[in-house]
Amino acid sequence: MSENKKWLPRWFFQLASPRWCYDITGKLLPGFVIAMLLLLVTGIVWALMFAPADYQQGNSFRIIYIHVPSAILAQSCYMLMAIAGAIGLIWKMKVADMVAKSCAPIGATIAIMALATGAIWGKPTWGSWWVWDARLTSMLILLFLYLGVIALHSAIENEVTAAQSAAVLSLVGLVNIPIIKYSVEWWNTLHQPATFKLTEKPAMPPEMWVPLLVMVIGFYCFFAVSLMLRLRNEILQRERRAGWVRELIEKQ
Amino acid sequence: MSFDSISEFFAMGGHGLYVWLSYAIALAILVLNIINPVMQKKKVLTDLARRLRREKST
Amino acid sequence: MNLQTNQQLEIKEPALMSGFVAVLKRDLMLAYRRKSDLLNPLIFFLMVATLFPLGVSPEPQFLAEVAPGVVWVAALLATLLSMDGLFRSDYEDGTLEQMLLCPQPLFLTVMAKVLAHWMMTGLPLTLMAPLLGVMLFLPGEGMGGLMLSLLLGTPTLSLVGAIGAALTVGLRKGGVLISLLVLPLYIPVLIFGTGAVQAAVTGLPLVGFVALLGAMLVLGLVLAPFAISAALRISVSG
Repeated sequence: MSENKKWLPRWFFQLASPRWCYDITGKLLPGFVIAMLLLLVTGIVWALMFAPADYQQGNSFRIIYIHVPSAILAQSCYMLMAIAGAIGLIWKMKVADMVAKSCAPIGATIAIMALATGAIWGKPTWGSWWVWDARLTSMLILLFLYLGVIALHSAIENEVTAAQSAAVLSLVGLVNIPIIKYSVEWWNTLHQPATFKLTEKPAMPPEMWVPLLVMVIGFYCFFAVSLMLRLRNEILQRERRAGWVRELIEKQ
Repeated sequence: MSFDSISEFFAMGGHGLYVWLSYAIALAILVLNIINPVMQKKKVLTDLARRLRREKST
Repeated sequence: MNLQTNQQLEIKEPALMSGFVAVLKRDLMLAYRRKSDLLNPLIFFLMVATLFPLGVSPEPQFLAEVAPGVVWVAALLATLLSMDGLFRSDYEDGTLEQMLLCPQPLFLTVMAKVLAHWMMTGLPLTLMAPLLGVMLFLPGEGMGGLMLSLLLGTPTLSLVGAIGAALTVGLRKGGVLISLLVLPLYIPVLIFGTGAVQAAVTGLPLVGFVALLGAMLVLGLVLAPFAISAALRISVSG
């Protein structure tokens, strides 16, 4: 244990305390809510009214401002779910299990959003509502993975077993994420290549990608808010026998 | 501003249906993801309060 | 002291292998005694392939085009069908708990069980595939690719399916849940499997697809047994 403490920061162990997590998320929530509202409102107004139309796709290009952030978020959410699950498996941390459980429904709905906006965008661009393009298909697979995790969670009654099983499944599914990332190169279909690359400058002009960046950060803030709200519910429910939860409820 | 009038803004150069439909879906999913846990929290709190009262009365 | 550890090592080395062989033999023997379990996936495989010409079109040209996909999907579903029973009977009669408790590394026990499962489903399916290929008018050049891709792909299917089976072994209604958990993970194998057959039919080089299928098999061999053992421990203790 003392060995562990040397290379892991203190907050990591504080995270293991549901009470500490409940308090800290309560303090962080208002800030994230304000950031989310500010970023999403400016992002949407900018995207819909001020960003220039694409010279090829016209105004249907504006769907990118919700399609790309939702696709990015759906993938990162899966990553977080798997990592939180792994932490829960290794350190037997209750809070990590709760984070993983709270991630699944958010990720699934965001994946649905990415698929729906992608399909709608496909109609004016490719001429049909659904195209079996590599990245749409891998987003669909990602949605299936989320649904599998949710189904496994609801099938097992024991909370601890359910969390551990779901963690193993999401880690196995994580192997699928690189396949999603590189599927563009493998199948090489009609989808446009990734908009943002870490190593290269985006191909779009700044007046197009700056609002996109605002939207991406706004979506992450939204994710943080939704995750914290769900996590707090989960903590209250799982810790209902703890003294501090009783005090909290009596105070109301 | 890339639109000259309000009607042009709503038409989105003929792609209005697609743009507004996808923004509506996105907004609905975002709002749902915030409202759902908030409602759930109310339920959890009343649930736990009832449980606590029952424990005290016995 | 040194002598003792040497002795222990000497005893340990063959014990690993013999444990593996013992589990493998036992599972094969059990399967041999319940022949219907062995035959059912094969009959299912044949039936699914029969449904396609009846349901879609008996045109030879059309069937030849969809044959790689149909054979692969049928093989995938047949593997999935047999997956539920992999750990179930061992779980119900308590053998699985003994396996978890015994000093033999679970990694090897699990590998033996998966290998036995593959020898009872994947291998016969591979051997039967040319029959389905003929029924679906798959061109002769594609047969080699079909068998090679199935030979490399079905072990991966067994390995990945075993993770699903291990996760759901303690649940009463595991059957449907397994397909839900495992099917998305099967998709890459399906894509490259059918890709290999199509490449063989059109006379393109197979090497790339075979290499990818082989890479997935190696990845599965290295990682899946860990996931299966972890899942078994969770399911049995929960």
